Amino acid sequence: MNIVLRLAWRNLWRHSKRTWLTIGAMVFSNTLLVFMISIQFGMYGLMIDNTLQVFSGHMQIQAPGYKDDQKMRQVVPHVVQLASNLRKELQTDTIAARGWAFALASSEERSYGIGVFGVEPVFEPRVSNIPGLIKEGRYLRDPDATEIVIGAVLARNLRVATGDELTLLGSGRDGSFSAAVVHVVGVFESGVVDIDRNFGEMPLETFQDVFYMDGAGHQVVVSAATLDEAELLQPKVVAALPGGTDLVVHDWDALQPGLRQAIQADMSSAFFMYGILVILVAFSVLNTQLMSVLERTHEFGIVMSLGLKAGRLGRLIMLETALMGIIGMIIGSITGAIFTSWFTVNGLSIPGMEEMAANFNLPARIYPEVTPWTAVAGPLVVFLFTLLASAYPALRLHRLHPVEAMRAN
Amino acid sequence: MRTTPVLTRLAWRYLWRNHRRTIIMLSAIVIGVWAMIFMTALTRGMVDQMIKDGISVLPGHVQAHNPLFLDDPSVSNRISIGDAELSRMFDPLSFKAWASRVKVPAVITSERESRGVTLLGIDPAAERAFSFVTYDDVEGRFLESAEDNAVVIGRKLANTLDTRIGKRVVLMSQDPDNEIADRGFRVAGLFEASMPAFEEMYVFVGKKTAQKMLRIGDATTEIVFVGDDYRDVEPTYDRVRETLDGDLKVSRWYEIDTYLGTMLKVMDGFVLIWVIVIFLALSFGLVNTLVMAVFERIREIGLMLALGMKPASILGQIIIESMMLLAVGLAIGDLLAWATIQPLKEGIDISAVAEGMEMMGASSVLYPKLYLYDMLLANVVVLILGFLASLSPAWRASRYEPVEAITKVG
Repeated sequence: MNIVLRLAWRNLWRHSKRTWLTIGAMVFSNTLLVFMISIQFGMYGLMIDNTLQVFSGHMQIQAPGYKDDQKMRQVVPHVVQLASNLRKELQTDTIAARGWAFALASSEERSYGIGVFGVEPVFEPRVSNIPGLIKEGRYLRDPDATEIVIGAVLARNLRVATGDELTLLGSGRDGSFSAAVVHVVGVFESGVVDIDRNFGEMPLETFQDVFYMDGAGHQVVVSAATLDEAELLQPKVVAALPGGTDLVVHDWDALQPGLRQAIQADMSSAFFMYGILVILVAFSVLNTQLMSVLERTHEFGIVMSLGLKAGRLGRLIMLETALMGIIGMIIGSITGAIFTSWFTVNGLSIPGMEEMAANFNLPARIYPEVTPWTAVAGPLVVFLFTLLASAYPALRLHRLHPVEAMRAN
Repeated sequence: MRTTPVLTRLAWRYLWRNHRRTIIMLSAIVIGVWAMIFMTALTRGMVDQMIKDGISVLPGHVQAHNPLFLDDPSVSNRISIGDAELSRMFDPLSFKAWASRVKVPAVITSERESRGVTLLGIDPAAERAFSFVTYDDVEGRFLESAEDNAVVIGRKLANTLDTRIGKRVVLMSQDPDNEIADRGFRVAGLFEASMPAFEEMYVFVGKKTAQKMLRIGDATTEIVFVGDDYRDVEPTYDRVRETLDGDLKVSRWYEIDTYLGTMLKVMDGFVLIWVIVIFLALSFGLVNTLVMAVFERIREIGLMLALGMKPASILGQIIIESMMLLAVGLAIGDLLAWATIQPLKEGIDISAVAEGMEMMGASSVLYPKLYLYDMLLANVVVLILGFLASLSPAWRASRYEPVEAITKVG
């Protein structure tokens, strides 16, 4: 073993209690960092996936301006044909066409204004969770049946159940009056009141008839298995659009602008907290190393007068810190990973959080996952900051005068 | 404890014997305390604002409805007590504010588009205390009285409807016999809300006008009350219940908006956890400093013991030392926190993440809020846990065998 390394190692254990306390500070914050970062990024992934899976998909093809104005006349022409072409060209099933209209839905007793989506019954379940959330009745089946599925809160407000009739009144693509009578065949419940209260889905062909769409729709939804795949898919979707159209492709960020910002807001407050933790650990290390330098002033005086350069001693101090830091990093990463893994198996639920979780489309129980990245990122930063903290005591050595230092005790 | 003044003096001097160490530890404590209080003030400010925004839009502090209304918000489930009677009941009770309103789902139609909205039939004078709309900032004008014939809608809604001030729109809802009740209105003003979703959701009309359109006489669907403090709504709740005597369903705001209610509870928990986590991170350094301080003067401690100083005094002295360190750290940390929060009182603009904040139900300006309670909590936690952390080194110091300690080569 290298002599300096051996020296550093032995110096550490001259005050084993102090060393362990300092390592303890590192282990504590490293464990916490691994745990929190694992949860945090796991949650972001879930938030994005769940939010997009509910309805909006990873990207949508729309007419320019439709995203902001949602006007009936901003259409995607021949929408079913376009969706089926894309499915063939990109060899994926997770593409579906939709239309949207505002309508006054009336039951025998009540009327509410709702959004009505026209969907492709076969392909819709591949881009959205809603068809899987039917809790009463069934999802849409025939592409041209006069049926509708609606949210649970809406069903309660309208006082209808499956089998009942609803009258839809609205205006068509050209602004003319349109009306239809549809049967409620299913009721879905997502648990998010805004979703369950606000809309219904009917077969796209029926929708196009009722609202005089002339074969057009308002969006083609494209889903992917993961976010990364979606990013790869997007240029292909753009390339596959027929030439000469002015259609645009919006990615999830444009479709759900709140999502990324909620994540950013949460990240910045999380990073503030992590930063404070790391700084406190750095101070702890700074204090320890300064102590250990001060109490060795006498012996440093001797070795310096024997010809050892201050820089070399400085490196010794840094090496001691690095050793400590490495121990703290290894133990911290391991305890953090073990601690987090326990929750990976058993799940983490905070009582009273269910409602907040539902608001962000999160399940009530979270299963954080340790990845190599989440296990190492936090501890690595702590390690770097402890090294930085030891720079001050190490540099102080340059001001040491051998003769004066020897007199100190 | 006659010896306390001496011990205090000794402890103070020991602290400054190695001033570098003390200053480093002090800086760590100051940063920790500052972070505890600053972060708490930020989250408090956020939640406060969320709740104030949330409460001022809809719930007030306490609401009363027909028992069936919350599940089936229709005028059939209106409040049977007329406005005149309500005034007789509630005016003498001197709430900070109260108002009855007509709130029903409706459809608004312009020449081009239709949307679903919530119609609020209000008496603008009574609603000033609740409204999320600052009447003066409205483009055009706000409603002038309960008889006002015009409608005020959100800017965003006007945009989707392709309408503007002076144009006509039709509002459509249901009357008690489930017949369609509709009426044309001229758009008198456009409001902006801190949460864009409100601009699409709410339209304001005069209360009397709404009652006439819905054919409900002088009935309303919702009564809202504001008491003194949203954290303590019980007095208001009790008085409203007593006065109504079981006729209506009375609810507290956190029962209406359960999301905000949980948010408030979660934040209270978060503040405590945050303070403790920071302290634990600090405590390693604190214990370390004390252990070192004891270790480097083992011989002195032995000498003092040999000279007849009681172990209890040694124990006391070390504890006083750590308490002093903490107290000085706390004082500076508190001051620093106050000094950084004070200039931010006017609000921190975080509009870069506005839509994300809206998703959480918060608005895009953050007003940090320093509560005495939070500051006390941080200080008390630090002092108590600090006391516990210093027990072990202090105990060890007081247990030294005098002879062994003196002969120990330091």
